[in-house]
Amino acid sequence: MIIIRITIQLSHLATVVSTMMYRSLQLAGVIATALFTQSVYADSVNIYSYRQPFLVDPIFDSFTKETGIEVNTVFAKQGLVERLKSEGKNSPADILLTSNFGNLAAAVEAEVIQAVDSDVLHSRIPAEFRDPDNLWFGLTNRARLIAVSKSRMADGAPTSYEDLAKPEYKGKICTRSGKHNYMVALTASVIAHAGLDNARDWLAGVKDNLARKPQGNDRAQVKAISQGECDIAIINSYYMGAMLADEEQTAWAKSINLVFPNQADRGTHMNISGMALTHAAPNKANAIKLMEYLTSDKAQSIYAEVNHEYPVNPKVQPSELVQSWGEFSYDSLSLAEIAQHRTEASKLADEVGYDN
Amino acid sequence: MSNTDQSGKRLLTTASYGGGLTFEGDDARVSESATAIPQRRLSGWSFAALVVAAIVCLPLISVVWLAFFPEENIWPHLFNTVLSTYVINTLVLMVGVATGTLLIGVSCAWLVTHHDFPGRAFFNWALLLPFAVPAYVIAYVYTDLLEYAGPVQTTLRSLFGWQLASDYYFPSIRTLPGAICMMILVLYPYVYLLARAAFLEQSASIAEASRSLGVSRRARIFKVALPMARPAIVVGLSLVMMETLNDYGTVDYFAVPTLTAGLYDIWLGMNNLGGGAQIATLLLIFVMVLIGLEKSSRRNQQNYQPSASRFRASSRTRLTKSKSVAACLTCFIPVLLGFIVPAWILGGYTITYLDESLNQDFKKSALHSIGLSSVAAIAAVGIGILLSYSKRLHPTRNMKFSVGVASLGYAVPGAVLAIGVIIPFAAFDNTVDAIAERFFGISTGLLLSGTVFALVFAYTVRFLAMAYGSINSSMKKISPHMDDAARSLGHSPGTILRKVHLPLIRSGILTAALVVFVDCMKELPATLVLRPFNFDTLATQVYQFASDELIGQSAIYALLIVLVGLVPVILLSVRIDRSGELSTQAAPSETTRQRIILPTG
Repeated sequence: MIIIRITIQLSHLATVVSTMMYRSLQLAGVIATALFTQSVYADSVNIYSYRQPFLVDPIFDSFTKETGIEVNTVFAKQGLVERLKSEGKNSPADILLTSNFGNLAAAVEAEVIQAVDSDVLHSRIPAEFRDPDNLWFGLTNRARLIAVSKSRMADGAPTSYEDLAKPEYKGKICTRSGKHNYMVALTASVIAHAGLDNARDWLAGVKDNLARKPQGNDRAQVKAISQGECDIAIINSYYMGAMLADEEQTAWAKSINLVFPNQADRGTHMNISGMALTHAAPNKANAIKLMEYLTSDKAQSIYAEVNHEYPVNPKVQPSELVQSWGEFSYDSLSLAEIAQHRTEASKLADEVGYDN
Repeated sequence: MSNTDQSGKRLLTTASYGGGLTFEGDDARVSESATAIPQRRLSGWSFAALVVAAIVCLPLISVVWLAFFPEENIWPHLFNTVLSTYVINTLVLMVGVATGTLLIGVSCAWLVTHHDFPGRAFFNWALLLPFAVPAYVIAYVYTDLLEYAGPVQTTLRSLFGWQLASDYYFPSIRTLPGAICMMILVLYPYVYLLARAAFLEQSASIAEASRSLGVSRRARIFKVALPMARPAIVVGLSLVMMETLNDYGTVDYFAVPTLTAGLYDIWLGMNNLGGGAQIATLLLIFVMVLIGLEKSSRRNQQNYQPSASRFRASSRTRLTKSKSVAACLTCFIPVLLGFIVPAWILGGYTITYLDESLNQDFKKSALHSIGLSSVAAIAAVGIGILLSYSKRLHPTRNMKFSVGVASLGYAVPGAVLAIGVIIPFAAFDNTVDAIAERFFGISTGLLLSGTVFALVFAYTVRFLAMAYGSINSSMKKISPHMDDAARSLGHSPGTILRKVHLPLIRSGILTAALVVFVDCMKELPATLVLRPFNFDTLATQVYQFASDELIGQSAIYALLIVLVGLVPVILLSVRIDRSGELSTQAAPSETTRQRIILPTG
């Protein structure tokens, strides 16, 4: 009986739902017509973004509030450079925002971006964080750090990336996939400094020391340390801030010490998030206005506070947490040069079977 | 109606050969030539079908075209390093998922259609529930549950006093077997759905005939019911295989290097889109070979269902107590693991993070998801009907080939297909723009690129295989004598489609619409790349959080996808049952009869 009653209820529900679906279908029609003709606001700027919206939306909001210029975004993890390339000169996009240097290099190669000649950008961004030909500009910096367990690695913690390949750390290291952008960039920097063969030995050494098959993001590696699965991990600096902001994850963050690698020699490896003006850029003036705004004190301090990255603008202080880690020296080799070794680095990961 | 009587008789006689339910040799040729319509009268249908097929093929052609322009030759490197790993992992994954979904899907479908046990009516539709759970979501959920830091292992550690990972053995979820299990759990409903529909469509008279001829119960399953349901099961299975091949979310999250993971790595990691497209093309060829092999293995087989007036539903066998328990468990475990556990965990997170999540505008994303999915479902079903009916009218080699290629979109990973959509759309837009500028001095800009139309198109291309497969397997079961009879009365193919075929394949159409709708709700990679400015769907919202392992914040959107996906699942499964029962009453109801019988002249 109960089953019959449920069935009757369900068929009632079905009628209601089908009317609802019909209505939403009508609504979809309205939405479709509205969107089919792409609205081009007189005062707007359009962005293709590889960066996650929750990081940049607060900055866009304050830009709109100050200038009245509407900011429209499409966020995707891949394919935006290809979309720009296909759309060609009619592309509605003005700015490409990227989450790492690899995306910027791909955009340069695909010839979908144009140079910006702006004194404001020059004065705010140090030379090593922008393209010599003004094709792209860095916005934030992240240091690639070594995280070690407070309780189990009090002594004898590694002090350089090279240390990670030493046999004494066998079975102690956790990292994300060797094919992930951040790992590839680190390997590329090792290639740039030490040459391909030495880099291969290094990566194979790190691989031998892994406690588990590479998996998860940087945050997951810290979690693994806090749970005793491993003792050492390689992470981007801002993940610490993200974990300390989360109730559950605070405990993970508190279980580790941070090491700024290679302070005795070339300095810590850095990666940037950046921006570029697209080749089509229908709203060029607005776009440049936004690009300059993104490097302003206000925007840079939002970056610093929301995501605990290092602002590229030297006048802006990092967040309190990041400042508490102190000064450090970073690898000053140009990113453009490191980027040339990306493909080699990715192949090295295959050769040593890093992810297997 | 003598023709249909004959077909019924033939089914009876062929059944006596122990499962050779075939229209062999001469018969097939006779019926084919009779169904095929003289070219000059109906070139409209084949023309329309060929044009639509060509348009649908455009993204695939783009992908293959890209494959000719790699940045560098990837094969020496792949061959020396990871190619064997990629291929072996891919094959193991496919075989594992295919076996698992086949076992669960077919056995559960057989249980609920032919047996009576407590909870049968519930499992009948509840077995479809995992279908609403996206594979990437179930992967997140089970990792959360089973990983070292998760509640299961933590409890075990505190129970037994273990300290470290090295103190005990626990299977790791982020492995190849883990990925196989995750995919089985959410993909088996494809096989279940199609197998169940096929079992329901089998008339009781066939079972009775084989029984009266002394065929054992076991042989009735393996020699009669399964071979008759085979085309439908194969459609389900090939959807499962294609879904497995194009999956990136799960294998990426579990770090299992498959060919698809390799494709993305070559495209994004080595900045070589052409090389990636070569792997995509390889996957396409692989699928084509697979489909070709299956087809040739049953080349001489064709099953027709008896006309509606002769159809009777099979009666269900009541199970004994112990067998009932076994049947219940068999049906319950997939529902528990594939739906209840993930929904429970997502529900928990949703409550924890409710305040935080409610700030987001998820009503809008839900409307976007529902609207897009509905439109795409209608488009895919419409094209599916056009293609399968045109193929029925003109079973020429050309037609078969173009229809076959048109339904390959499902085998291409989403983001790659999206690039395949962008290229022809942008080319069209830029050509129109150039012409307009040259002759009228105005710029039309981008007309189609970056609009919801591009999204609907991508969904249609991607999920056409499902719509077409379901509709075509239903349509194939209608005896060609039906067409002959109707045409001898002077009706046009359009009228025949409307009055004969569509009513008969209604459950196939509903199934198609359901599957496409739910899959569009879950679609992620193509949506991300193709969407217009400021446009979010539920899936993109889930992704934006989950990609940063903020599973708690993404839970509410994931749960919404599951819930919204559930509505049509329940709705349509109720209707499929009812339409099945309608046309199966011993004395066919007046409505059914009227629908079949055409007015003369």
